[in-house]
Amino acid sequence: MDQAADAPHITFETEPARYRHWRLSVSGEVATLTLDVDPQGGLFLGYELKLNSYDLGVDIELADALQRLRFEHPTVRVAVLRSGKEGVFCAGANIRMLGRASHGHKVNFCKFTNETRCAIEDASENSGIKFLAAVNGTAAGGGYELAVAADRILLIDDRRSAVSLPETALLAVLPGTGGLTRVTDKRKVRRDLADLFCSTEEGVRGRRAVEWRLVDEAVPPSRWEERIAAAAAELAATSDRPRQAEGVALPPLAKSRGPDAIVYRHVRVALDRPAGRATITVLGPEADAPATPEAARTAGFWPLAMARELDDALLDLRFNEPRLGVLVLRSEGDAARVLAHDALLAAHPGDWFLREVRHLLKRVFKRLDLTSRSLFAVIEPGSCFAGSLAELVFAADRQYAFIGRPAGDNRPPAGLVLSALNFGAYPMANGLSRLAARFWGEPWRLDALRARIGESLPAEAAEEAGLVTAAYDEADWDEELRLVLEERASFSPDALTGMEANLRFVGPETMESRIFGRLSAWQNWIFQRPNAVGEKGALKLYGTGVQPEFDRERV
Amino acid sequence: MPDGMLVDYDGLIPNNVGLNQDARLRKALETWHPGYIDWWKEMGPEGFQESLVYLRTAVSVDPKGWARFGYVKMPEYRWGILLAPAVEGRRIGFGQHKGEPAWQEVPGEYRAMLRRLIVIQGDTEPASVEQQRHLGKTAPSLYDMRNLFQVNVEEGRHLWAMVYLLQKYFGKDGREEAEELLRRRSGSRDAPRMLGAFNEATPDWLSFFMFTFFTDRDGKMQLEALAQSGFDPLSRTCRFMLTEEAHHMFVGETGVQRIVERTAQAMNAAGIEDPTDVERVRALGVIDLPLVQKKINLHFSLTLDLFGNEVSTNAANAYNAGLKGRYREDKIDDDHRLLDSTYPVLRLKEGRIVEEQVPALSALNMRLRDDYVADCRAGVERWNRVLEKANIPFRLTLPHVAFNRRIGEFAGAHVTPEGEVVDAASWAARCGSWLPSAEDGMFLEGLMRPEYAPGRYAGWIAPPKVGIDGKPGEFEYVKLHMA
Repeated sequence: MDQAADAPHITFETEPARYRHWRLSVSGEVATLTLDVDPQGGLFLGYELKLNSYDLGVDIELADALQRLRFEHPTVRVAVLRSGKEGVFCAGANIRMLGRASHGHKVNFCKFTNETRCAIEDASENSGIKFLAAVNGTAAGGGYELAVAADRILLIDDRRSAVSLPETALLAVLPGTGGLTRVTDKRKVRRDLADLFCSTEEGVRGRRAVEWRLVDEAVPPSRWEERIAAAAAELAATSDRPRQAEGVALPPLAKSRGPDAIVYRHVRVALDRPAGRATITVLGPEADAPATPEAARTAGFWPLAMARELDDALLDLRFNEPRLGVLVLRSEGDAARVLAHDALLAAHPGDWFLREVRHLLKRVFKRLDLTSRSLFAVIEPGSCFAGSLAELVFAADRQYAFIGRPAGDNRPPAGLVLSALNFGAYPMANGLSRLAARFWGEPWRLDALRARIGESLPAEAAEEAGLVTAAYDEADWDEELRLVLEERASFSPDALTGMEANLRFVGPETMESRIFGRLSAWQNWIFQRPNAVGEKGALKLYGTGVQPEFDRERV
Repeated sequence: MPDGMLVDYDGLIPNNVGLNQDARLRKALETWHPGYIDWWKEMGPEGFQESLVYLRTAVSVDPKGWARFGYVKMPEYRWGILLAPAVEGRRIGFGQHKGEPAWQEVPGEYRAMLRRLIVIQGDTEPASVEQQRHLGKTAPSLYDMRNLFQVNVEEGRHLWAMVYLLQKYFGKDGREEAEELLRRRSGSRDAPRMLGAFNEATPDWLSFFMFTFFTDRDGKMQLEALAQSGFDPLSRTCRFMLTEEAHHMFVGETGVQRIVERTAQAMNAAGIEDPTDVERVRALGVIDLPLVQKKINLHFSLTLDLFGNEVSTNAANAYNAGLKGRYREDKIDDDHRLLDSTYPVLRLKEGRIVEEQVPALSALNMRLRDDYVADCRAGVERWNRVLEKANIPFRLTLPHVAFNRRIGEFAGAHVTPEGEVVDAASWAARCGSWLPSAEDGMFLEGLMRPEYAPGRYAGWIAPPKVGIDGKPGEFEYVKLHMA
C-alpha cells in the first residue's frame, strides 16, 4: 500500500447514505451507531476487513457520523455504539492493512483514529452527546479502544466475549489509539492488572472485566437489550442538549482539486511541489455576521463552513501530500467581520448550534496543532487574522508580519486583533489556550493582552507584544521570508516533526496530550523497528503462522 | 505390559497418569468431581439415571483389550483419565519445532494458545450430552438406548480428559476454565456452549444419528489433528479418545443406514416406486428419503461451520507452533513446515465460487475440512449401497460446501445444495425443499415412540446386524428402573 504517485487521493467526505461500514439510526433522544464492516470495502486493495476490523475508510465514516450527530441531530442525547455482527464487536485496526501500509500512512491513520476517539470524548464532555458502548461480542485492540472512548461500557456476558489489547503479545506493537493511556488514566485500571491485561492475548471476560474496571457492567444476553435501553436512558438524563431543535444539514463541500491547488469557498490551498510547501489561505466572511443565533443556524454560517473546509484541507494534505513539509498560513478579508462573528459565537453560550460551531473550530485548530508539518503564519496587508482566525497564527511554529503597506497597495496594513475567544475557547490538547501556552514563561504578557481585546495591533505592535516572531518592512520582507522557508525545507523532516511536537505543547499534560505524545514517541518508534516491521517482524508475519524472530536486545 | 498401560482402578478416579503420586492434581480433580456429578445428574440423560445400563468402561489402554462390559448406573460410571502409552523418544512432527523432542510440559509462549485449543475441544464434550438428554424417552430400542448412553458417558469421559489437561498443566487459569466447562449449557442464551452446532437442539433420533455421523466426525478430525500435537500429554490424551470416538461414528453411520434400510424395505413391500411420494411413504410409518436428505443437508452444513474460517491465522499459528497438526500428519509425505507451499481454497468472488491458491499454512482449516468431507462421502456411499441393493431409485448426497453456511467464506451467501449462487429471495423460496421444515419436525416427533421391550425395534428402523459385545438379539441392554 505504499502510495504510488498516481494513486487516487483519499477523500474524507462522506454521508450516511454512502456509508459502507456504519449504520446511523436515530430514535428520539437515542442514536445507534452500528458497526457492520463490509469486508470488501477496504480503502486499498490487498486486504479484507474481516471481523469488523477497520481501516481509515471505516474511521472516516465514524468521524462523519459524529459530526452529523452534533449538527444534524441536536436532540440526540446519547449514542449507542454496537456491532452488527454476531459474536464480534470489533477486531480493531486491520492487521494486514497495517502490515502493508507505509510508515507515514500508519502514523497518519493512527493519528486520525485518535482524533476521532477524542472527538467522541469531546462530544460527551462539551456537547451533551453521551456515549454507550454496547460490546456485544469480542472487542480486541482498536475495538476495545473504541469502546473505551465511550462514557460507559456494557460487555455481553455470554462466557465468550472478551475485551482485549493483544497488540504486544500478538503483533509486537502497542495499542495505537490511546488504549494503554485510557486503560490507566480513564478507566483507572490498577497498573499491575493493566500489565496483565495488555499482555494477555485472549483478553478478559465477564465479571473479571468489571472487577478490573475494564468495563462497567457484564450483562447476560437475556437482559442485554433491556440493559442497553436502561443505560442509554440513564446517560441521556445527564445531557444538556435541547429537547426540541431543528438540525442543520451539512451539505457536501464545494471542493475542487487540481494538480497544484485545492480550492474551496473559504479556503484555498496552493501546492508548491518544487518548494515542498503548501500555502493555505483562509478567506474571511463575505458578509456581516447574522444578527441572531437563529439567523446563524445554516451550514453557510461562515465559521462553520470555513472550519469544515479547513479541516478537510488539513486531512487532504496529511494523507495525500506527504512531501509538502511546510504549511504557510495566510488569510484575506475583513477583520471586523471576523470579529463580529466572534461576538455572536461568544454572546450565546447556551445556544446549541453556536456551541457546536465553537467546538468544531476548537477541534480543527487542534488538528492543526497535531499536524506534523512546519507551520508558518504570514501576516500581510489585507489579512484578517482576528479573534478565532488569529488562532491559526498562534498555532504556527513561527509568525511573520509585514510592516506597513507595499507601495501602491491600498489594502489595510497587516495586523492582529484579539477577541475574548482567544483566551480559553479553543484549548490545545494540553488544556491551555494557545496564548497561555505561548506566554508560559511570561504570564504578565497574557494579562496585558486581555486588556487589549478588540484593539488593532499592527505588525510592530504585535511584535512588541510578543505575538509574532518578527516583523519586516517592504525592504526586507521578500528576502527574509524566502530564506526562512528555504532553510526550513532543508532540515530533516523527522527531526522537524519531533522538534515541533515538543515545542508546541508546553506545560501540563492531559490524557489527550499524553495519548498523542506517546503515540508519537513510542508507537511510531516501534512501527519502525525490525521486531515489528522487519521481514521477520511480527506485523509482517501476522497471519502467515510463522513465528516472528525478535532482536532480543533491549534499547 | 509396556509402561503406562497399567490403569489404577482402585481410587476414586481410575487413571494411568499416576494420580496417587500427584497430590496437587488429585486435589484439583477431587474438588472438581462433585460439580461434575451434579452436572451429570442435572444435564445428563433424563429419566434413566437409576437404570442399569450395559456399558463398556475403559480399564486399560492396550488396544487389544481396553474395555470391559457390565451393568452400571450411569452416575456411578467410572470416568477415568487414560492416556495412550507414551512413545519412547517421540519428537515434534511439524512446524518450526519439527524434530525437537515432544514437550512434556507446556512451553510458556504457547500457554494461552494451547489452553484455548483444549477449552474449545473440551466445551464440545459435555455439550452433546446436554443436547441429547431427552432422547432416552423416545429410544427405538434398548439397543439404541444403550448406544446413546454409551456415547454420553464417553463424551463425559472426554470432558474428564480435557479437564485433566487443564488442571495438570494450566494452573489456576486451568482450574477456572474447568469450572466454566460445567457452567456453560448447550442452547442457553446466557451461557451457551462455545460453538454454534453445539447449541442446536437434538430433538429426535434421526437428528441424533446425523449428529453422531457428521458432528462427532468433526470431533474425530479435531482429535486426529490434536493427536499430532508436539505437546505430548495432549497427543496421548487425544489418541486414546479416538479409540472411543470410533464407536460414536459407528452409532451414527449404522443408525442412518438402518433407517434407510427400513424405509427401502417398507417401500418395496408396499410397492411404492417413487421415493419422492412423501405422503405415501410416511403413511407406512417410516422416514422418507427426501427427509433423510434434508437432515444430511442441515447437519453437514452446520458441522462445516465448526471448521472455522477457511483462511485462518489461528490455525496457521497453532500449526507452526507445533500444537495442532493436519489429519494424519505423520502419514503425509512433505516437509511438514508448509512455509512455501500453497493449498486451494474455495472463495466467493463477485458472486461466483472460485478456487484460489493460498499459502498452505493459512489454509489448514480448509485442508482439515476437505479431509472431513472425503470421510463423510465414504459413509454416504455406504448408505447408497443399501438403496442400490433394494433397487430404490434414490441416492443420498452431500450438499455443496457453500450451502447454508454461517461461518467462513460463504457466510451469508445464498448457495443451493448443488453449489449454484442465487439471490436471497429465490433461496428463501426454495429452502423448504432443502432443509427440514417445522412440518418435517412434527412428523418425526410423531414417529418417536419408545420401544422398551428387549429385542424389539420401532417400525422406522431396522434391527442391527449384530449385537453389542456379541450379545444376542433379545438381550436386555438397559434394565429400566421404572420397569
